Amino acid sequence: MAWMAWTTPTAIFFLVIAALLITFTILAIKFPETPRVGILRIETTRGDRLFITLLGSAFINLIWLGLEVGPQPYALLACLVYAAAVFRWV
Amino acid sequence: MTDTSIQAPGAGSIPGRVTEAKVNTARRKTPRINGSAVVMGLYLLFLLLPIYWLLNMSLKTNTEILGSFSLWPRDLTLANYVKILTDESWYIGYVNSLIYVVMNTVISLAVALPAAYAFSRYSFMGDKHLFFWLLTNRMAPPAVFALPFFQLYSSIGLFDTHIAVALAHCLFNVPLAVWILEGFMRGVPKEIDETAYLDGYSFPRFFIKIFTPLIASGIGVAAFFCFMFSWVELLLSRTLTTVDAKPIAAIMTRTQGAAGIDWGVLAAAGVLTIVPGALVIYFVRNYIAKGFALGRV
Amino acid sequence: MNKTVNQKAWFLVLPVLLLVAFSAVIPLMTVVNYSVQDTFGNNQFFWAGLEWFEQMLASERMWDALWRQLTFSAIILAIEVPLGIFVALNMPKRGFWASFCLVLMSLPLLIPWNVVGTIWQIFGRVDIGLLGYTLDKLGISYNYTQDLLAAWVTVIVMDVWHWTSLVALLAYAGLQSIPDAYYQAAKIDQASRWAVFRYIELPKMAGVLMIAILLRFMDSFMIYTEPFVVTGGGPGNATTFLSIDLVKMALGQFDLGPAAAFSIMYFLVILLISWVFYTVMTNLDKRDGV
Repeated sequence: MAWMAWTTPTAIFFLVIAALLITFTILAIKFPETPRVGILRIETTRGDRLFITLLGSAFINLIWLGLEVGPQPYALLACLVYAAAVFRWV
Repeated sequence: MTDTSIQAPGAGSIPGRVTEAKVNTARRKTPRINGSAVVMGLYLLFLLLPIYWLLNMSLKTNTEILGSFSLWPRDLTLANYVKILTDESWYIGYVNSLIYVVMNTVISLAVALPAAYAFSRYSFMGDKHLFFWLLTNRMAPPAVFALPFFQLYSSIGLFDTHIAVALAHCLFNVPLAVWILEGFMRGVPKEIDETAYLDGYSFPRFFIKIFTPLIASGIGVAAFFCFMFSWVELLLSRTLTTVDAKPIAAIMTRTQGAAGIDWGVLAAAGVLTIVPGALVIYFVRNYIAKGFALGRV
Repeated sequence: MNKTVNQKAWFLVLPVLLLVAFSAVIPLMTVVNYSVQDTFGNNQFFWAGLEWFEQMLASERMWDALWRQLTFSAIILAIEVPLGIFVALNMPKRGFWASFCLVLMSLPLLIPWNVVGTIWQIFGRVDIGLLGYTLDKLGISYNYTQDLLAAWVTVIVMDVWHWTSLVALLAYAGLQSIPDAYYQAAKIDQASRWAVFRYIELPKMAGVLMIAILLRFMDSFMIYTEPFVVTGGGPGNATTFLSIDLVKMALGQFDLGPAAAFSIMYFLVILLISWVFYTVMTNLDKRDGV
């Protein structure tokens, strides 16, 4: 495993993603998903919205970094706002 | 659901059916036929001319290639081919390539068949996401994976082996095989499965005895695509090999020696890489058109 | 088709899952790990934070490669899709000539990519190639290793040569599924050739055309071998597309950190585009299915 060059932050990053996936799987078992059509005019389930959130967050972080909007941790706040919006309206 | 099975081209035209010419005249008057022929003729000429040129070069000596310009070999020679087919360091490349391509095709089909069946018949937790995730791997650029693969296979001691290349090519071939097979399996009515189970078939026996023959053409098409993409790929196979499993495509680069490029041998090696592909096409020619639709028309 | 809910189907998918996880997830995790560290070889790594991402986002080199890549993909899609449809419409419908055309058209698809490069490298040379020689004799200055325009034209013509058949074969498969009755009905209505194409043929091809565009876009977006063999990314950096640049960085200079950061951004763009295409495709399917 040495060649994979693990670091604590990246390990935490992947653990968070794994935890999210597990949480959503459990949620899907407990409360079965029903697709709905949101502002994007496409059918989405809870899992789809998670994917849209994660992918969007990655781009928000990159834009934040590229345009030097501010200190990087604040980008996560923007992501949270974005996530809330996605789960509410998409 | 549109039934595509009767539309397979070359599956023999049904007697008494309107023939090609009649359909064409039905759509437009006579000049149309000639127009199509001209278009196809030009297009095929465009496709074949560069290949002809390669063949032409491979049959010339280097002095002729560099000395004079001719549309066909004046001084026909097979020396370039003889060199490749007798020199082990050359022909071993073809053997290496074929070994990992066949390995890859077998592995891809073996794992893709049950998975495609599951996707085409059942809905289960996360099936759509899983399917999408598989497809993204087909779309992922090999360049992104070249370096980590190099590190991965070095660390587990598989570097420079055929199986390493075969496994690496699974990255894009397994998703593709699942995608194609799923399309073909969707066309098989579910009632067949149910009847077989009622008749007391177990799942493995049903799958091998009844289901596999029904989607034989789909399996052929999937195998064709796995073969094709594994055979043509260079970046990963070159990165993961040095000596023992070096593919022909990588060996070809060594014609660039100190004395310039050995054009004749390079062209001959190129022509020989086209041969396996041409053979495969010939065997699956009746399924090509449907195959390219990936069972999804 | 109605699918039965069956969670045991997971077991059938498991082998694929394990295999692809092995060859996709582990490498991607490694790339993420590399992207935040610096190394001087010997597997010694130092924390670098987001430095590489910052550097890459600010680097003109990456943006230039991205724009070149997008331009290239746009040009070849604009040529290959209409040309492919046009060829498909002109293909014989059945019989010997249909098989004949199919076999010849598939030929370029099965040529190893570096050989495709070699073919065009030879074909375009002014001294020994038919194309280069002819252009030279016609008085057109053509040198794909020196001249920017010639390099681009060569790479684009090569890609059109290589891949138009894929689009044509997909479109042809779509056309094959149209029953003759449709054409007869159109004839009775005295529909024009254009109307037949617009209202019968194009809708029937829509599904496969989406696949064609998706495959062509993605494959052109990660094109590496062919231009690398022909132009080596030159003249200068004129044909250095994303993958060529990435391989140069990762395997040529062994700059693991920047290459990894580059890889992640490259992959994110691919992921976004794949998702958009996939969503559009499944929604198309649904509409047809109703």
